[in-house]
Amino acid sequence: MTRRHAVLLVRIAVLAGLVATLEICCRIGIIDPLTVIPPSDMVASMIDRIGSGELNESIVNTFSTVGLAFMLAVGCGTLAGALVHRWSRLRDVADPLLASYYSVPTFIFYPLLVALLGLGKAPLAVLGVLSAAPAVMIGTLSGLDGVSPVLLKMARVHRLSPARTLCWIVLPAALPRLFSGFKLALSYALIGVIAGEFILSGTGLGYAISYAYQSFDNRAMYGLMLFVLLVAVIANGLLYVWEGRLARRRSTG
Amino acid sequence: MNQHAENGQALSESWHVALKGMVRHYDGPPAVQALGPIDLTIRRGEFFSVVGPSGCGKSTLLDVLCGLVRPTGGSVRFESKELRGQVPDGIGVVFQEDASMPWLSVRQNVAFGLRTSSLSKKQVAERVDHAVSFMGLAQFADHYPAQLSGGMRQRVCIARTLVLRPRLILLDEPFGALDQQTRLLMGDELLRLWRETGATVLLITHALDEAAMLSDRVGVMSARPGRFIDLVATGWPRDRDSRIVSDPEFGTVTARLWSSLREESLKTMGRAA
Repeated sequence: MTRRHAVLLVRIAVLAGLVATLEICCRIGIIDPLTVIPPSDMVASMIDRIGSGELNESIVNTFSTVGLAFMLAVGCGTLAGALVHRWSRLRDVADPLLASYYSVPTFIFYPLLVALLGLGKAPLAVLGVLSAAPAVMIGTLSGLDGVSPVLLKMARVHRLSPARTLCWIVLPAALPRLFSGFKLALSYALIGVIAGEFILSGTGLGYAISYAYQSFDNRAMYGLMLFVLLVAVIANGLLYVWEGRLARRRSTG
Repeated sequence: MNQHAENGQALSESWHVALKGMVRHYDGPPAVQALGPIDLTIRRGEFFSVVGPSGCGKSTLLDVLCGLVRPTGGSVRFESKELRGQVPDGIGVVFQEDASMPWLSVRQNVAFGLRTSSLSKKQVAERVDHAVSFMGLAQFADHYPAQLSGGMRQRVCIARTLVLRPRLILLDEPFGALDQQTRLLMGDELLRLWRETGATVLLITHALDEAAMLSDRVGVMSARPGRFIDLVATGWPRDRDSRIVSDPEFGTVTARLWSSLREESLKTMGRAA
Protein backbone atom coordinates (compact mmCIF):
# COMPACT_ATOMS: atom_id res chain seq x y z
CA MET A 1 0.00 0.00 0.00
CA THR A 2 1.40 3.40 -0.95
CA ARG A 3 1.66 6.24 1.57
CA ARG A 4 -1.05 8.12 -0.29
CA HIS A 5 -3.48 5.24 0.01
CA ALA A 6 -2.65 4.80 3.68
CA VAL A 7 -3.32 8.50 4.36
CA LEU A 8 -6.62 8.27 2.48
CA LEU A 9 -7.66 5.23 4.49
CA VAL A 10 -6.84 6.94 7.79
CA ARG A 11 -8.84 9.99 6.69
CA ILE A 12 -11.86 7.88 5.83
CA ALA A 13 -11.51 5.96 9.08
CA VAL A 14 -11.42 9.20 11.13
CA LEU A 15 -14.50 10.54 9.33
CA ALA A 16 -16.35 7.24 9.69
CA GLY A 17 -15.43 7.17 13.39
CA LEU A 18 -16.85 10.67 13.95
CA VAL A 19 -20.06 9.81 12.10
CA ALA A 20 -20.42 6.56 14.06
CA THR A 21 -19.84 8.44 17.35
CA LEU A 22 -22.50 10.99 16.42
CA GLU A 23 -24.89 8.19 15.46
CA ILE A 24 -24.38 6.42 18.81
CA CYS A 25 -24.67 9.64 20.84
CA CYS A 26 -27.94 10.51 19.09
CA ARG A 27 -29.33 6.98 19.42
CA ILE A 28 -28.61 6.57 23.15
CA GLY A 29 -29.86 10.06 23.98
CA ILE A 30 -26.59 11.83 24.84
CA ILE A 31 -27.51 14.34 22.11
CA ASP A 32 -31.07 15.59 22.09
CA PRO A 33 -32.78 14.61 18.79
CA LEU A 34 -34.39 18.06 18.80
CA THR A 35 -30.89 19.46 18.39
CA VAL A 36 -29.22 16.95 16.04
CA ILE A 37 -30.75 13.89 14.39
CA PRO A 38 -28.72 10.70 13.82
CA PRO A 39 -26.64 10.71 10.59
CA SER A 40 -28.55 7.67 9.28
CA ASP A 41 -31.78 9.70 9.58
CA MET A 42 -30.11 12.61 7.77
CA VAL A 43 -29.21 10.28 4.89
CA ALA A 44 -32.76 8.84 4.82
CA SER A 45 -34.25 12.32 4.88
CA MET A 46 -31.94 13.48 2.08
CA ILE A 47 -32.88 10.49 -0.10
CA ASP A 48 -36.60 11.04 0.61
CA ARG A 49 -36.48 14.73 -0.24
CA ILE A 50 -34.35 14.42 -3.35
CA GLY A 51 -36.17 11.29 -4.51
CA SER A 52 -39.62 12.89 -4.13
CA GLY A 53 -38.71 15.57 -6.69
CA GLU A 54 -40.18 18.34 -4.53
CA LEU A 55 -36.80 20.07 -4.43
CA ASN A 56 -35.99 19.82 -8.12
CA GLU A 57 -36.78 23.45 -8.79
CA SER A 58 -34.73 24.61 -5.79
CA ILE A 59 -31.80 22.42 -6.82
CA VAL A 60 -31.87 23.73 -10.38
CA ASN A 61 -32.21 27.34 -9.16
CA THR A 62 -29.37 27.10 -6.68
CA PHE A 63 -26.86 25.27 -8.83
CA SER A 64 -27.59 27.27 -11.98
CA THR A 65 -27.02 30.46 -9.93
CA VAL A 66 -23.82 29.02 -8.45
CA GLY A 67 -22.68 28.01 -11.95
CA LEU A 68 -23.45 31.46 -13.32
CA ALA A 69 -21.69 33.19 -10.42
CA PHE A 70 -18.68 30.89 -10.80
CA MET A 71 -18.37 31.47 -14.55
CA LEU A 72 -18.72 35.23 -14.12
CA ALA A 73 -16.20 35.21 -11.28
CA VAL A 74 -13.70 33.23 -13.38
CA GLY A 75 -14.17 35.56 -16.36
CA CYS A 76 -14.16 38.86 -14.45
CA GLY A 77 -11.53 37.78 -11.92
CA THR A 78 -9.10 36.51 -14.56
CA LEU A 79 -9.54 39.62 -16.69
CA ALA A 80 -9.20 41.96 -13.72
CA GLY A 81 -6.17 40.02 -12.47
CA ALA A 82 -4.51 40.22 -15.88
CA LEU A 83 -5.17 43.98 -16.12
CA VAL A 84 -3.87 44.67 -12.64
CA HIS A 85 -0.80 42.54 -13.38
CA ARG A 86 -0.19 44.51 -16.58
CA TRP A 87 -0.34 47.98 -14.99
CA SER A 88 1.87 48.42 -11.96
CA ARG A 89 0.06 51.59 -10.79
CA LEU A 90 -3.22 49.74 -10.75
CA ARG A 91 -1.43 47.00 -8.82
CA ASP A 92 -0.32 49.49 -6.16
CA VAL A 93 -3.97 50.46 -5.66
CA ALA A 94 -5.42 46.95 -5.87
CA ASP A 95 -2.98 45.01 -3.69
CA PRO A 96 -4.04 46.40 -0.28
CA LEU A 97 -7.71 46.21 -1.27
CA LEU A 98 -7.38 42.56 -2.25
CA ALA A 99 -5.43 41.77 0.90
CA SER A 100 -8.24 43.10 3.08
CA TYR A 101 -11.19 42.16 0.87
CA TYR A 102 -12.26 39.05 2.76
CA SER A 103 -12.46 40.96 6.02
CA VAL A 104 -15.51 42.76 4.57
CA PRO A 105 -18.78 40.84 5.06
CA THR A 106 -20.19 41.17 1.54
CA PHE A 107 -23.53 39.72 2.67
CA ILE A 108 -24.44 43.07 4.20
CA PHE A 109 -24.88 44.37 0.65
CA TYR A 110 -27.60 41.83 -0.12
CA PRO A 111 -30.53 44.14 0.77
CA LEU A 112 -28.96 46.80 -1.44
CA LEU A 113 -28.58 44.31 -4.27
CA VAL A 114 -32.24 43.27 -3.90
CA ALA A 115 -33.27 46.92 -3.99
CA LEU A 116 -31.19 47.48 -7.12
CA LEU A 117 -31.75 44.21 -8.96
CA GLY A 118 -35.00 42.89 -7.49
CA LEU A 119 -35.65 39.41 -6.12
CA GLY A 120 -34.50 36.49 -8.21
CA LYS A 121 -31.24 35.17 -9.54
CA ALA A 122 -29.49 38.46 -10.24
CA PRO A 123 -28.70 39.64 -6.67
CA LEU A 124 -27.73 36.09 -5.68
CA ALA A 125 -25.41 35.74 -8.67
CA VAL A 126 -23.86 39.13 -7.90
CA LEU A 127 -23.35 38.08 -4.29
CA GLY A 128 -21.69 34.87 -5.52
CA VAL A 129 -19.46 36.85 -7.88
CA LEU A 130 -18.55 39.32 -5.11
CA SER A 131 -17.51 36.38 -2.94
CA ALA A 132 -15.66 34.43 -5.63
CA ALA A 133 -14.10 36.90 -8.09
CA PRO A 134 -11.39 38.27 -5.74
CA ALA A 135 -10.14 34.71 -5.15
CA VAL A 136 -9.78 34.27 -8.92
CA MET A 137 -8.11 37.66 -9.17
CA ILE A 138 -5.61 36.82 -6.43
CA GLY A 139 -4.93 33.43 -8.08
CA THR A 140 -4.44 35.11 -11.46
CA LEU A 141 -2.02 37.68 -10.05
CA SER A 142 -0.09 35.02 -8.22
CA GLY A 143 -0.02 32.81 -11.33
CA LEU A 144 1.16 35.59 -13.63
CA ASP A 145 3.77 36.72 -11.10
CA GLY A 146 5.08 33.15 -11.06
CA VAL A 147 5.70 32.88 -14.81
CA SER A 148 9.45 32.56 -15.14
CA PRO A 149 10.98 35.53 -17.05
CA VAL A 150 13.25 33.11 -18.89
CA LEU A 151 10.21 31.41 -20.42
CA LEU A 152 8.99 34.78 -21.72
CA LYS A 153 12.46 35.43 -23.11
CA MET A 154 12.37 32.02 -24.76
CA ALA A 155 9.02 32.92 -26.33
CA ARG A 156 10.62 36.00 -27.87
CA VAL A 157 13.56 33.96 -29.16
CA HIS A 158 11.04 31.60 -30.80
CA ARG A 159 9.33 34.68 -32.25
CA LEU A 160 5.94 33.79 -30.80
CA SER A 161 3.10 36.26 -31.23
CA PRO A 162 1.53 37.71 -28.05
CA ALA A 163 -1.48 35.39 -28.48
CA ARG A 164 0.73 32.30 -28.81
CA THR A 165 2.89 33.43 -25.90
CA LEU A 166 -0.28 33.68 -23.83
CA CYS A 167 -1.67 30.29 -24.89
CA TRP A 168 1.55 28.29 -25.06
CA ILE A 169 3.59 29.81 -22.25
CA VAL A 170 1.78 32.15 -19.86
CA LEU A 171 -1.44 30.22 -19.27
CA PRO A 172 0.14 26.77 -18.85
CA ALA A 173 2.85 28.25 -16.59
CA ALA A 174 0.27 30.07 -14.46
CA LEU A 175 -2.28 27.23 -14.49
CA PRO A 176 -1.58 25.66 -11.07
CA ARG A 177 -2.13 28.98 -9.27
CA LEU A 178 -5.03 29.95 -11.51
CA PHE A 179 -6.55 26.60 -10.66
CA SER A 180 -6.19 27.21 -6.93
CA GLY A 181 -8.11 30.46 -7.46
CA PHE A 182 -10.85 28.64 -9.41
CA LYS A 183 -11.14 26.01 -6.71
CA LEU A 184 -11.58 28.63 -4.01
CA ALA A 185 -13.98 30.54 -6.26
CA LEU A 186 -16.30 27.54 -6.57
CA SER A 187 -16.51 27.23 -2.79
CA TYR A 188 -17.04 30.98 -2.34
CA ALA A 189 -19.69 31.10 -5.07
CA LEU A 190 -21.56 28.24 -3.40
CA ILE A 191 -21.31 29.89 0.01
CA GLY A 192 -22.36 33.30 -1.38
CA VAL A 193 -25.40 31.98 -3.24
CA ILE A 194 -26.68 29.64 -0.53
CA ALA A 195 -26.12 32.21 2.20
CA GLY A 196 -27.97 34.79 0.07
CA GLU A 197 -30.87 32.40 -0.42
CA PHE A 198 -30.84 31.69 3.31
CA ILE A 199 -31.09 35.38 4.25
CA LEU A 200 -33.68 36.81 1.94
CA SER A 201 -34.55 34.71 -1.08
CA GLY A 202 -37.85 32.91 -1.68
CA THR A 203 -36.31 30.05 -3.61
CA GLY A 204 -33.34 27.68 -3.72
CA LEU A 205 -31.74 25.23 -1.35
CA GLY A 206 -30.63 27.95 1.08
CA TYR A 207 -34.21 29.12 1.35
CA ALA A 208 -35.41 25.50 1.78
CA ILE A 209 -32.96 24.98 4.65
CA SER A 210 -34.00 28.28 6.23
CA TYR A 211 -37.68 27.40 5.84
CA ALA A 212 -37.17 23.98 7.46
CA TYR A 213 -35.23 25.61 10.29
CA GLN A 214 -37.94 28.16 10.99
CA SER A 215 -40.58 25.41 10.84
CA PHE A 216 -38.67 23.30 13.40
CA ASP A 217 -38.46 20.55 10.74
CA ASN A 218 -35.10 19.18 11.83
CA ARG A 219 -35.31 16.09 9.66
CA ALA A 220 -35.80 18.15 6.47
CA MET A 221 -33.19 20.69 7.52
CA TYR A 222 -30.46 18.12 8.19
CA GLY A 223 -31.31 16.17 5.04
CA LEU A 224 -30.91 19.30 2.94
CA MET A 225 -27.76 20.37 4.77
CA LEU A 226 -26.25 16.95 4.09
CA PHE A 227 -27.16 17.24 0.40
CA VAL A 228 -25.51 20.65 0.05
CA LEU A 229 -22.48 19.36 1.94
CA LEU A 230 -22.17 16.31 -0.31
CA VAL A 231 -22.45 18.35 -3.50
CA ALA A 232 -19.80 20.80 -2.24
CA VAL A 233 -17.47 17.97 -1.22
CA ILE A 234 -17.92 16.12 -4.54
CA ALA A 235 -17.37 19.28 -6.64
CA ASN A 236 -14.27 20.20 -4.65
CA GLY A 237 -13.08 16.59 -4.72
CA LEU A 238 -13.26 16.51 -8.51
CA LEU A 239 -11.29 19.76 -8.77
CA TYR A 240 -8.83 18.43 -6.20
CA VAL A 241 -8.24 15.26 -8.26
CA TRP A 242 -7.79 17.30 -11.44
CA GLU A 243 -5.40 19.68 -9.68
CA GLY A 244 -3.49 16.71 -8.29
CA ARG A 245 -3.02 15.30 -11.79
CA LEU A 246 -1.67 18.63 -13.00
CA ALA A 247 0.63 18.95 -9.99
CA ARG A 248 1.97 15.40 -10.27
CA ARG A 249 3.41 16.15 -13.73
CA ARG A 250 5.24 19.13 -12.32
CA SER A 251 6.61 17.50 -9.22
CA THR A 252 9.19 14.80 -8.77
CA GLY A 253 8.31 11.15 -8.58
CA MET B 1 49.75 22.90 -31.16
CA ASN B 2 49.16 26.22 -29.57
CA GLN B 3 49.07 29.46 -31.41
CA HIS B 4 47.46 31.54 -28.75
CA ALA B 5 48.55 35.04 -27.80
CA GLU B 6 46.88 36.20 -30.97
CA ASN B 7 45.23 39.57 -30.78
CA GLY B 8 43.25 41.32 -33.45
CA GLN B 9 41.01 40.24 -36.23
CA ALA B 10 43.18 38.83 -38.97
CA LEU B 11 40.52 36.50 -40.28
CA SER B 12 40.79 34.81 -43.60
CA GLU B 13 37.63 32.70 -43.25
CA SER B 14 34.18 34.10 -43.97
CA TRP B 15 32.61 36.02 -41.10
CA HIS B 16 29.29 34.91 -39.59
CA VAL B 17 28.67 37.55 -36.98
CA ALA B 18 30.12 41.03 -37.09
CA LEU B 19 29.83 43.85 -34.57
CA LYS B 20 31.10 47.25 -35.58
CA GLY B 21 31.30 50.06 -33.03
CA MET B 22 28.41 48.44 -31.19
CA VAL B 23 27.28 50.37 -28.11
CA ARG B 24 24.44 49.69 -25.74
CA HIS B 25 23.38 52.04 -23.00
CA TYR B 26 20.34 52.25 -20.81
CA ASP B 27 18.49 55.48 -20.13
CA GLY B 28 18.49 56.43 -16.48
CA PRO B 29 18.20 57.57 -14.01
CA PRO B 30 21.03 56.80 -13.69
CA ALA B 31 21.96 56.37 -17.36
CA VAL B 32 24.28 53.42 -17.77
CA GLN B 33 26.54 52.52 -20.63
CA ALA B 34 26.46 48.74 -20.49
CA LEU B 35 28.53 47.84 -23.53
CA GLY B 36 31.00 49.06 -26.03
CA PRO B 37 32.14 50.23 -28.30
CA ILE B 38 32.71 46.68 -29.51
CA ASP B 39 34.30 45.58 -32.76
CA LEU B 40 34.26 41.84 -33.20
CA THR B 41 34.02 39.33 -36.01
CA ILE B 42 33.17 35.69 -35.43
CA ARG B 43 34.00 33.21 -38.16
CA ARG B 44 31.48 30.76 -39.57
CA GLY B 45 31.73 27.51 -37.60
CA GLU B 46 33.91 29.03 -34.88
CA PHE B 47 33.52 28.22 -31.18
CA PHE B 48 33.89 31.60 -29.50
CA SER B 49 33.62 32.18 -25.77
CA VAL B 50 33.23 35.39 -23.83
CA VAL B 51 34.58 35.81 -20.30
CA GLY B 52 34.47 38.91 -18.18
CA PRO B 53 33.97 40.21 -14.66
CA SER B 54 30.51 40.18 -13.10
CA GLY B 55 28.24 42.91 -14.42
CA CYS B 56 30.42 43.67 -17.45
CA GLY B 57 27.52 43.18 -19.87
CA LYS B 58 28.14 39.61 -21.09
CA SER B 59 24.44 38.72 -20.99
CA THR B 60 23.51 42.05 -22.58
CA LEU B 61 25.91 41.20 -25.40
CA LEU B 62 24.09 37.90 -25.91
CA ASP B 63 20.72 39.69 -25.89
CA VAL B 64 22.00 42.08 -28.55
CA LEU B 65 23.40 39.21 -30.63
CA CYS B 66 20.15 37.28 -30.64
CA GLY B 67 18.13 40.38 -31.42
CA LEU B 68 16.31 40.62 -28.08
CA VAL B 69 17.90 44.00 -27.39
CA ARG B 70 18.53 46.74 -29.96
CA PRO B 71 22.03 48.22 -29.93
CA THR B 72 22.08 51.93 -29.12
CA GLY B 73 24.87 52.62 -31.59
CA GLY B 74 26.99 50.87 -34.22
CA SER B 75 25.89 47.78 -36.08
CA VAL B 76 25.39 44.06 -35.46
CA ARG B 77 25.23 41.80 -38.47
CA PHE B 78 24.35 38.13 -38.59
CA GLU B 79 25.09 36.65 -42.01
CA SER B 80 23.93 39.39 -44.32
CA LYS B 81 21.26 40.85 -42.06
CA GLU B 82 21.59 43.74 -39.68
CA LEU B 83 19.97 43.05 -36.30
CA ARG B 84 17.77 45.80 -35.00
CA GLY B 85 16.08 44.33 -31.96
CA GLN B 86 14.34 41.47 -33.75
CA VAL B 87 15.26 37.77 -33.48
CA PRO B 88 16.35 36.52 -36.91
CA ASP B 89 15.85 33.03 -38.30
CA GLY B 90 18.82 30.71 -37.77
CA ILE B 91 19.72 31.67 -34.19
CA GLY B 92 19.18 29.34 -31.24
CA VAL B 93 19.63 30.44 -27.63
CA VAL B 94 20.24 28.41 -24.47
CA PHE B 95 19.81 30.37 -21.26
CA GLN B 96 21.50 30.00 -17.90
CA GLU B 97 18.18 29.52 -16.13
CA ASP B 98 16.14 26.37 -16.56
CA ALA B 99 13.89 27.19 -19.51
CA SER B 100 12.25 23.78 -19.75
CA MET B 101 8.48 23.88 -19.53
CA PRO B 102 7.36 21.79 -16.56
CA TRP B 103 3.93 21.02 -18.06
CA LEU B 104 5.44 19.35 -21.14
CA SER B 105 7.27 16.03 -21.39
CA VAL B 106 10.86 15.96 -22.64
CA ARG B 107 9.68 15.09 -26.16
CA GLN B 108 7.04 17.85 -26.12
CA ASN B 109 9.60 20.34 -24.80
CA VAL B 110 11.96 19.51 -27.62
CA ALA B 111 9.16 19.61 -30.21
CA PHE B 112 8.11 23.04 -28.90
CA GLY B 113 10.84 24.64 -30.99
CA LEU B 114 9.10 23.41 -34.13
CA ARG B 115 5.51 24.33 -33.26
CA THR B 116 5.52 27.25 -35.64
CA SER B 117 7.49 25.52 -38.40
CA SER B 118 5.97 24.40 -41.67
CA LEU B 119 7.44 20.90 -41.35
CA SER B 120 5.19 17.85 -41.63
CA LYS B 121 4.39 15.81 -38.52
CA LYS B 122 6.73 13.09 -39.72
CA GLN B 123 9.60 15.52 -40.23
CA VAL B 124 8.99 17.05 -36.81
CA ALA B 125 8.98 13.59 -35.20
CA GLU B 126 12.23 12.67 -36.97
CA ARG B 127 13.99 15.86 -35.90
CA VAL B 128 12.74 15.53 -32.34
CA ASP B 129 13.78 11.88 -32.10
CA HIS B 130 17.20 12.74 -33.44
CA ALA B 131 17.71 15.65 -31.03
CA VAL B 132 16.44 13.63 -28.07
CA SER B 133 18.78 10.74 -28.89
CA PHE B 134 21.68 13.05 -29.66
CA MET B 135 21.41 14.61 -26.22
CA GLY B 136 21.14 11.17 -24.57
CA LEU B 137 17.54 11.68 -23.48
CA ALA B 138 15.88 8.82 -25.40
CA GLN B 139 15.16 6.87 -22.21
CA PHE B 140 13.56 9.93 -20.66
CA ALA B 141 11.53 11.15 -23.62
CA ASP B 142 8.23 10.74 -21.80
CA HIS B 143 9.47 12.08 -18.46
CA TYR B 144 8.62 15.54 -17.21
CA PRO B 145 11.35 18.08 -16.35
CA ALA B 146 10.67 17.78 -12.62
CA GLN B 147 11.74 14.14 -12.86
CA LEU B 148 15.13 15.06 -14.33
CA SER B 149 18.37 16.40 -12.87
CA GLY B 150 19.49 19.99 -13.55
CA GLY B 151 22.00 18.78 -16.15
CA MET B 152 19.37 16.76 -17.98
CA ARG B 153 16.94 19.68 -17.98
CA GLN B 154 19.65 21.83 -19.56
CA ARG B 155 20.14 19.08 -22.16
CA VAL B 156 16.41 19.29 -22.90
CA CYS B 157 16.83 23.02 -23.55
CA ILE B 158 19.83 22.38 -25.80
CA ALA B 159 17.84 19.70 -27.69
CA ARG B 160 14.98 22.18 -28.14
CA THR B 161 17.47 24.58 -29.73
CA LEU B 162 19.04 21.79 -31.78
CA VAL B 163 15.78 20.81 -33.55
CA LEU B 164 15.70 24.27 -35.08
CA ARG B 165 19.03 23.48 -36.79
CA PRO B 166 20.39 26.92 -35.92
CA ARG B 167 23.39 28.25 -37.77
CA LEU B 168 24.39 30.30 -34.72
CA ILE B 169 23.98 28.89 -31.20
CA LEU B 170 24.20 31.36 -28.32
CA LEU B 171 24.69 29.96 -24.84
CA ASP B 172 24.42 32.14 -21.74
CA GLU B 173 26.28 30.36 -18.94
CA PRO B 174 24.29 27.19 -19.65
CA PHE B 175 26.21 25.08 -17.13
CA GLY B 176 26.42 27.71 -14.41
CA ALA B 177 24.20 25.79 -12.00
CA LEU B 178 25.88 22.41 -12.51
CA ASP B 179 28.61 20.69 -10.52
CA GLN B 180 32.15 20.55 -11.93
CA GLN B 181 32.07 16.95 -13.21
CA THR B 182 28.73 17.48 -14.93
CA ARG B 183 30.02 20.69 -16.46
CA LEU B 184 33.01 18.88 -17.96
CA LEU B 185 30.77 16.18 -19.40
CA MET B 186 28.27 18.74 -20.69
CA GLY B 187 31.21 20.53 -22.28
CA ASP B 188 32.02 17.32 -24.18
CA GLU B 189 28.38 17.11 -25.30
CA LEU B 190 28.54 20.69 -26.49
CA LEU B 191 31.73 20.08 -28.46
CA ARG B 192 30.17 17.02 -30.09
CA LEU B 193 27.09 19.07 -30.98
CA TRP B 194 29.28 21.85 -32.40
CA ARG B 195 31.29 19.42 -34.56
CA GLU B 196 28.28 17.54 -35.89
CA THR B 197 26.08 20.56 -36.63
CA GLY B 198 28.81 22.77 -38.01
CA ALA B 199 27.08 25.71 -36.31
CA THR B 200 28.87 28.76 -35.01
CA VAL B 201 28.80 28.77 -31.20
CA LEU B 202 29.07 31.74 -28.89
CA LEU B 203 29.35 30.81 -25.24
CA ILE B 204 29.06 33.28 -22.38
CA THR B 205 30.73 31.92 -19.28
CA HIS B 206 32.36 33.06 -16.08
CA ALA B 207 34.48 29.89 -15.88
CA LEU B 208 37.91 30.44 -17.40
CA ASP B 209 38.69 26.73 -17.60
CA GLU B 210 35.43 26.08 -19.43
CA ALA B 211 36.18 28.82 -21.93
CA ALA B 212 39.74 27.60 -22.41
CA MET B 213 38.65 23.99 -22.86
CA LEU B 214 35.83 24.53 -25.32
CA SER B 215 36.81 27.45 -27.51
CA ASP B 216 38.71 28.24 -30.65
CA ARG B 217 38.96 31.81 -29.38
CA VAL B 218 38.11 33.48 -26.11
CA GLY B 219 37.20 37.14 -25.84
CA VAL B 220 38.02 38.79 -22.50
CA MET B 221 35.75 41.69 -21.58
CA SER B 222 36.58 44.72 -19.47
CA ALA B 223 34.57 45.89 -16.47
CA ARG B 224 31.50 47.95 -17.40
CA PRO B 225 31.12 49.29 -20.03
CA GLY B 226 32.12 45.92 -21.47
CA ARG B 227 34.63 46.00 -24.31
CA PHE B 228 36.96 43.30 -25.57
CA ILE B 229 40.37 43.88 -24.04
CA ASP B 230 41.94 40.63 -25.23
CA LEU B 231 41.21 37.93 -27.79
CA VAL B 232 42.96 34.63 -27.12
CA ALA B 233 43.15 31.94 -29.79
CA THR B 234 43.58 28.54 -28.17
CA GLY B 235 44.72 26.64 -31.23
CA TRP B 236 43.04 23.41 -30.11
CA PRO B 237 42.20 20.85 -32.81
CA ARG B 238 38.52 20.66 -33.81
CA ASP B 239 38.35 17.07 -32.59
CA ARG B 240 38.86 17.80 -28.89
CA ASP B 241 37.16 16.95 -25.62
CA SER B 242 37.49 17.60 -21.89
CA ARG B 243 40.74 15.64 -21.71
CA ILE B 244 42.39 18.74 -23.17
CA VAL B 245 42.59 20.01 -19.59
CA SER B 246 45.60 17.73 -19.08
CA ASP B 247 47.45 19.35 -21.98
CA PRO B 248 50.36 21.47 -20.66
CA GLU B 249 49.22 24.33 -22.93
CA PHE B 250 45.82 24.39 -21.21
CA GLY B 251 47.36 25.98 -18.13
CA THR B 252 49.06 28.58 -20.30
CA VAL B 253 45.78 29.55 -21.95
CA THR B 254 43.95 29.75 -18.63
CA ALA B 255 46.79 31.79 -17.10
CA ARG B 256 46.66 34.21 -20.04
CA LEU B 257 42.91 34.64 -19.58
CA TRP B 258 43.29 35.28 -15.87
CA SER B 259 46.10 37.72 -16.39
CA SER B 260 43.84 39.75 -18.72
CA LEU B 261 40.85 39.46 -16.45
CA ARG B 262 42.34 39.98 -12.99
CA GLU B 263 42.65 43.73 -13.12
CA GLU B 264 39.13 44.11 -14.51
CA SER B 265 37.71 41.84 -11.81
CA LEU B 266 39.42 43.94 -9.15
CA LYS B 267 37.82 47.04 -10.66
CA THR B 268 34.36 45.54 -10.24
CA MET B 269 35.23 44.92 -6.58
CA GLY B 270 36.18 48.57 -6.23
CA ARG B 271 39.87 47.81 -5.73
CA ALA B 272 42.90 48.84 -7.75
CA ALA B 273 45.25 46.18 -9.12
